[in-house]
Amino acid sequence: MQLLDIRNLTLELSTPDGMIRAVDRVNLSLKEGEVRGLVGESGSGKSLIAKAIMGVLHERWKVSADRFNWCGQDLLRLPYHEQRRIISRDIAMIYQEPSRSMDPTSPIGEQLAEAIPDHLLEGSWWQRGYYRKKRAIALLHKVGIRDHAAVLNSYPYQLSEGVCQKIMIAMAIAKSPKLLIADEPTTALESTTQAQLFRLLASFNQLKGTSILLISHELETVARNTDTLSVLYCGQLVEAGDTATLLKHPLHPYTHALIKSVPEFQPDLGFKQQLYALHGSIPTLQHLPIGCRLGPRCPNARKECVKTPLFERQQNHYFSCHFPLSGKTNE
Amino acid sequence: MSNLIEVRGLTKSYQKARGMFSRHTVLALSNVSFSLAAGQTLAIVGETGSGKSTLAKLLVGIEQPDSGEILLAGQQLNCADYQKTNHLIRYIFQDAARSLDPNQKIANILHDVLRYSTVLSFEQRERKIADTLKLLGLLNEHGNYYPHMFSGGQLQRVALARALILDPKILILDEALTALDPSLRAQIVNLLLELQQKTDLAYLLITNQLRLVRHIADQTLVLHKGISLDYGDTSAVFENPQHEYSRKLMKSIEY
Repeated sequence: MQLLDIRNLTLELSTPDGMIRAVDRVNLSLKEGEVRGLVGESGSGKSLIAKAIMGVLHERWKVSADRFNWCGQDLLRLPYHEQRRIISRDIAMIYQEPSRSMDPTSPIGEQLAEAIPDHLLEGSWWQRGYYRKKRAIALLHKVGIRDHAAVLNSYPYQLSEGVCQKIMIAMAIAKSPKLLIADEPTTALESTTQAQLFRLLASFNQLKGTSILLISHELETVARNTDTLSVLYCGQLVEAGDTATLLKHPLHPYTHALIKSVPEFQPDLGFKQQLYALHGSIPTLQHLPIGCRLGPRCPNARKECVKTPLFERQQNHYFSCHFPLSGKTNE
Repeated sequence: MSNLIEVRGLTKSYQKARGMFSRHTVLALSNVSFSLAAGQTLAIVGETGSGKSTLAKLLVGIEQPDSGEILLAGQQLNCADYQKTNHLIRYIFQDAARSLDPNQKIANILHDVLRYSTVLSFEQRERKIADTLKLLGLLNEHGNYYPHMFSGGQLQRVALARALILDPKILILDEALTALDPSLRAQIVNLLLELQQKTDLAYLLITNQLRLVRHIADQTLVLHKGISLDYGDTSAVFENPQHEYSRKLMKSIEY
């Protein structure tokens, strides 16, 4: 069943210099039990999209979409309270930098207990406190923290980033959400902890059928842990499709460059050989090029690229480019 | 090839106050030895708290080692001997945006570096700055920019310019590539490789990104809790790690 179905999501911010379109007509869909990766560089609007789904964007942002469906209901057209109720019931998010997104003034135990909704607790109201604590401990065990007594009484600053990240996950799964959004969950972590974290996310996906939206700027980690992939560049969706096909036959020059810049995906790249890189740097939001935003950096840009390309489809592979790479003719 | 820098039995511990009278000692680095030749790259990998940054601090002379010696081209290196060493060993910080003074123009920042460490006249300094900016693919006009006017990748280039302007022999990159976006990272990696070919620079790469280490490092040193576990050629360390921890580390990028 289609869980999330977003069509032409546009996020705009009004500034003294005029409207800035940070996210430009992005489509995103998620089925039940699907793990989707969202890849893009910093400033490409990944986190904005996640926040728009959670409905926690600042009110200065103007959110518009042709369709913003959650389980068949258009969230943007619902009254505010209804919208909050649905989101808080079904969607959970793991924010960037876990130690900074927790309350520094209260111990972990309290924060975790707060995240557990009443309807998931058994017993009468006077037994709630007991069950709540019991459930908090069970949650910690679930995310792989064995020493629950010490953790529950500590403050966030006393714990390492890896443990904080696990606690964030425990808070997120406390309400058994249908969708878990993980925003750059691994940037602060060591590579051994990263592997643990992905195993944890994968186990929730398989055991409970939780859908996961994994946001990251590292293609290699996302590629290994997702079924489908969406690639963003400067607020435009450049390509979306199955992870495996997308990596094998990228159609958009940006995806192609992204794949080629990772040494891991280039088995015949010699030691210390130059990596493939697009020239130039990411434009700032105030000075976005018109049309395809990759235009000035694209190796095969032509005159037509000043018009924004439409989102085209080739089986289950979506891309927006006037001149897709040769993969098109092969298939 | 002779070794540019040689480190023998480096040990460093910190005292931490615990309560009013008792102290306890944290061993940050214990008996670490390695050597690095010109034109080579040594990668130091390990988790936080493994002593990577302590090692870098000892090398640039911010901290004094408890025991052990650092030999720079055969000569003993003393702590705080900045006049002698800062030409040769330069340090690049993790976050370029935060390591540059936001109140100063790039040209001023570079002028300061030269003024403190060389005896060049103003015109010579100007010429040197222009050369360095060109080497790093920046324009001369960029000298009049303030740090906030640059994008992330360009800022990293500016940080590199500040390090390279004294023609060092060794560059210490303390997680300098971690925070960059993939396409910018590829650019900077290319730049570093190119510089190494052109000028025989040696890099000491302190990082968590094992995949990158595999691509650009000649030797790898695995640190764990201040103890060096595996040290040797990158391919040997990656394919045949000797210790349990290194094995776990190497496995984490494959699973």
